[in-house]
Amino acid sequence: MAEEMRIVLRNYGKVDPLNIDTYVAQGGYQSLDKARSMDKAALMAEVKKSNLRGRGGAGFNCGMKWTFAAGAQADQKYVIANADEGEPGTYKDRLIMENDPQSLIEGMAVCAYAIGATKGFIYLRGEYPELVSTLNAAIAQAKDKGFLKDFDLEVRRGAGAYVCGEETALIESIEGKRGEPRFKPPFPPVIGLWGKPTIVNNIETYANIPAILEKGADWYAGIGNAAYPGTKVFTLTGDVVNKTFFEVPTNITVRQLIFDFGGGIVGGKKFKAAQIGGTSGCFIPESLLDTEVAFDTMGAAGLSLGTGATFVMDETRDIVDIVTRIAGFFEHESCGKCAPCREGTMRTAEIMEKINEGKGSVKDTALLDKLGTVMSYSCLCGLGQAAPSPVLTTIKHFAADYEAKFK
Amino acid sequence: MDYKEIIAKFADMPGGIIQAYHALLDEFSYLPEEAVVEAARVFKMSTAEAYGVATFYSMFSVNTRGKNVIRICESAPCHVAGAADVVAAMEKTLGIKMGETTADGRFTLEFTECVGQCQATPVITVNGKPYLDISADKIPAILAECK
Ligand SMILES: Cc1cc2nc3c(=O)[nH]c(=O)nc-3n(C[C@H](O)[C@H](O)[C@H](O)COP(=O)(O)O)c2cc1C
Ligand code: SF4
Ligand code: FES
Repeated sequence: MAEEMRIVLRNYGKVDPLNIDTYVAQGGYQSLDKARSMDKAALMAEVKKSNLRGRGGAGFNCGMKWTFAAGAQADQKYVIANADEGEPGTYKDRLIMENDPQSLIEGMAVCAYAIGATKGFIYLRGEYPELVSTLNAAIAQAKDKGFLKDFDLEVRRGAGAYVCGEETALIESIEGKRGEPRFKPPFPPVIGLWGKPTIVNNIETYANIPAILEKGADWYAGIGNAAYPGTKVFTLTGDVVNKTFFEVPTNITVRQLIFDFGGGIVGGKKFKAAQIGGTSGCFIPESLLDTEVAFDTMGAAGLSLGTGATFVMDETRDIVDIVTRIAGFFEHESCGKCAPCREGTMRTAEIMEKINEGKGSVKDTALLDKLGTVMSYSCLCGLGQAAPSPVLTTIKHFAADYEAKFK
Repeated sequence: MDYKEIIAKFADMPGGIIQAYHALLDEFSYLPEEAVVEAARVFKMSTAEAYGVATFYSMFSVNTRGKNVIRICESAPCHVAGAADVVAAMEKTLGIKMGETTADGRFTLEFTECVGQCQATPVITVNGKPYLDISADKIPAILAECK
């Protein structure tokens, strides 16, 4: 059986999150020292060569993103950690911050040095109030010990808006506004927070940085799937035996994830479907279980990796009912800025409810299919673009479930 | 603490209105009208904009709420784990429907989306604090803890 491999969770259970000395004892902050001894361009080249790609869902090369902000001329630049973690079923970033906040802080400090920023923010979802004091204590200790030098770091709380995980909506929110996404381009590395060059990375992305600098880009690039190397933290929910988290190399298959790590289906029942990536993820039928979990292999199979949240459903589950609930989520979380999403999520929810109540017909699924396809390319941000995925993939792979509900 | 004092603490924080709203929430459970008007003044925006921020985020409310805000997660993992049973039990115990506040002003019931504690579904929060693996029989003890 494939083995767990802990890189971002390397200190899980080994350090006291409220005592920085325990982090230093594990080699903490040596990578920041090493980074500061390097030429900035060489440092970013090293991160780029590791081929670390964003763990927040979009999969962009991290080192490459940093070079865009490094190259921009400005009197002030910002480093932001995206801890909005609103994708249902996901709690990996909480695990990192709760157990090993210094890994995040060290990763951010490396980024700040690389791009020339002196100010950073951790945008923490409002639903994690207990973490405010943990993070503030960790920042204060890192400052006291002199590790942060001129890098000033602040925690800002979100307040319950899924769309604020989208990086430009997040920036609006830190600026004290409604969290509505901006038109892109320009992208944040060029024009971001208060108009200044800004790097936004996911918590899991930052937590990889110290390990990459310690062990080298080649070491990292050699782990897992070559196009999306390293590990990924998965959180398993639903009808799976081990409802917990695993950090695994990116070349394992969905089947290994659910049956080896997850221990299979509760009560010896049969597998029906899994949704990977959170609520905006695609539904995976049995026939696609041998897909590798890496970003591009999932994409090639018409699936998505997203945050790595893995929601498993057994043979008794009512797929149409679950997708109806998911459609309700997007109707509620659409920020309303653009019409295709504002109207589209509302109509999708309405039609899903009609079908779920036994009043639908094949005409309705045809309409959902058309509406979803239009939304996927006409919505302004990723929320509206991804919202149709669960609907479209269940119509495709679980048509019988819909037919069983038709009037 | 008075709402003006609370807001004043954030006056020098760029974009601090959301953080000020959180502090107000800790004190009042909701955002009173005069506090939103004051926030607009302190953060140099129109009252309409300050309301726009207050109504955008689901954790904030400009309507009165009970002292204890109970939120029940209805996201898919909690949904299949029996969130509907939790809703029914909570409504029955408190004698109110989702979205309502008890007559004595002690409890408000609301839905929330995932609060990131999905290792132990279904999940509720009381004033932001998560309670895990909820079943009907756990509800009385949780309510008894509330002020
Ligand atoms: C609706 C929506 C929600 C998002 N939520 C998150 C989130 O909670 N956390 C996150 O890191 N990225 C989230 N993203 C992706 C961010 O926009 C951005 O790509 C990411 O933070 C970049 O970091 P990375 O390159 O390290 O992945 C979201 C995107 C969209 C469209
Ligand atoms: S796609 Fe939806 S969430 Fe994104 S900007 Fe448009 S309305 Fe807002
Ligand atoms: S789905 Fe309910 S807490 Fe995550």
